Amino acid sequence: MKIIADTGKCVGAGQCVLTDPDLFDQSEDDGTVIVLTPEPEGDEAEENARTAVHICPGQALSLA
Amino acid sequence: MTDVEETTATLPLVRKCPFSPPPEYEALRTENPVSRVGLPSGQTAWALTRLEDIREMLSSPHFSSDRLDPAFPMMVARQIRREDKPFRPSLISMDPPEHSRARRDVVGEFTVKRMKALQPRIQQIVDEHLDALLAGPKPADLVQALSLPVPSLVICELLGVPYSDHEFFQARSSKMLSREVSPEDRQAAFEQLENYLDELVTRKEANATEDDLLGRQILKQREAGEGDHDELVSLAFLLLIAGHETTANMISLGTVTLLENPEQLAKVKADPDKTLPAIEELLRVFTIAETATSRFATADVEIGGTLIRAGEGVVGLSNAGNHDPDGFENPDAFDIERGARHHVAFGFGVHQCLGQNLARMELQIVFDTLFKRIPGIRIAVPVDELQFKHDSTIYGLHALPVTW
Ligand code: SF4
Repeated sequence: MKIIADTGKCVGAGQCVLTDPDLFDQSEDDGTVIVLTPEPEGDEAEENARTAVHICPGQALSLA
Repeated sequence: MTDVEETTATLPLVRKCPFSPPPEYEALRTENPVSRVGLPSGQTAWALTRLEDIREMLSSPHFSSDRLDPAFPMMVARQIRREDKPFRPSLISMDPPEHSRARRDVVGEFTVKRMKALQPRIQQIVDEHLDALLAGPKPADLVQALSLPVPSLVICELLGVPYSDHEFFQARSSKMLSREVSPEDRQAAFEQLENYLDELVTRKEANATEDDLLGRQILKQREAGEGDHDELVSLAFLLLIAGHETTANMISLGTVTLLENPEQLAKVKADPDKTLPAIEELLRVFTIAETATSRFATADVEIGGTLIRAGEGVVGLSNAGNHDPDGFENPDAFDIERGARHHVAFGFGVHQCLGQNLARMELQIVFDTLFKRIPGIRIAVPVDELQFKHDSTIYGLHALPVTW
């Protein structure tokens, strides 16, 4: 699984960081998403990545 | 626009049970999920009641948030335009790409990390207010003692607005959100608040520091060589209003709900990791800003199988969406374990609430501290005597008498 982030669509709501701070962070500057772990491993991390994609309000996240 | 005769309901519909959405939402959702409704402004609009339709509409680029456009579906009579001073749209009224730029300028102030850094100060504010509550007479009104002052102090400190003026702007803020207030009175409240913030921003421009959000925005603008006074005034306006009635009402509503559901409160007390999921569930159940998700179409778009034409207004009834059984099993039950994070109580799409993580942080500290320090807290009157805000754009409680 690979997390793809489109910072152009990101609205900086931080829902991804709340879901899993090991996978995501936000830029100090403009709040846009920073993917810390682009290839999450393990059931829990993968499930969290799916949740983050589902709730991201900017639809800035996708999985490949 | 379609004829009024075709409408199926007139908004706003009122909650019969204070803890549940208006009962008509379910009928609308099952019989006519995208239906024509009448609005208090005399306009007609489409009402969306399914979670997926609301999410789709709010993330579509073909809907506008421009509240100054006559096509925007208004829930109260339209603001009278000032001749001397045209409105400066705030974030909630802007569309991309202007919105994207303006939001990006300020969103760094509200990241999850920045909100975490505020934790000790919020804790201190909550503790001080609980000290005062415990030292004062019983019963006490939790709204005045805790719900309103905590978010108010926090947003004032964050913005750099003197808290000593709080009675002035709290009074105007609640007027602007009340549906009972005449358009003239609402306009007057608006202008007074705008003038107040205009002067405040002017003062800050003369002496901007890194200590508060407005000061930091001024310095940032200067660095970029693009000082924009009016935009800062409208930003301050939005954040001040949004920081007041929202979190305050969730503190009161959440306290009542947890006290009325002792098994769920016991779970929260036993495990601090349960507080955040409980907050998401409270946000979903109440959805206090249910019509903030209004837009109008800028092109012909199909939503939920219905063609919405360019220029038609749409009200995404987020409270109906948050009680859609296709999104939440047994949606009318209050269940802190359900994993309600995909609710749309903060909206969805590019306008999703900027202050949501501040709200979460405040609610978390308030509930954890309140039930720890006053374990015997209880509501001092029968629940059916509580005065709920059925007359306000933001749902909540006028007063919450508690004792312990
Ligand atoms: S949840 Fe989506 S929009 Fe929000 S910060 Fe993360 S990627 Fe950006």
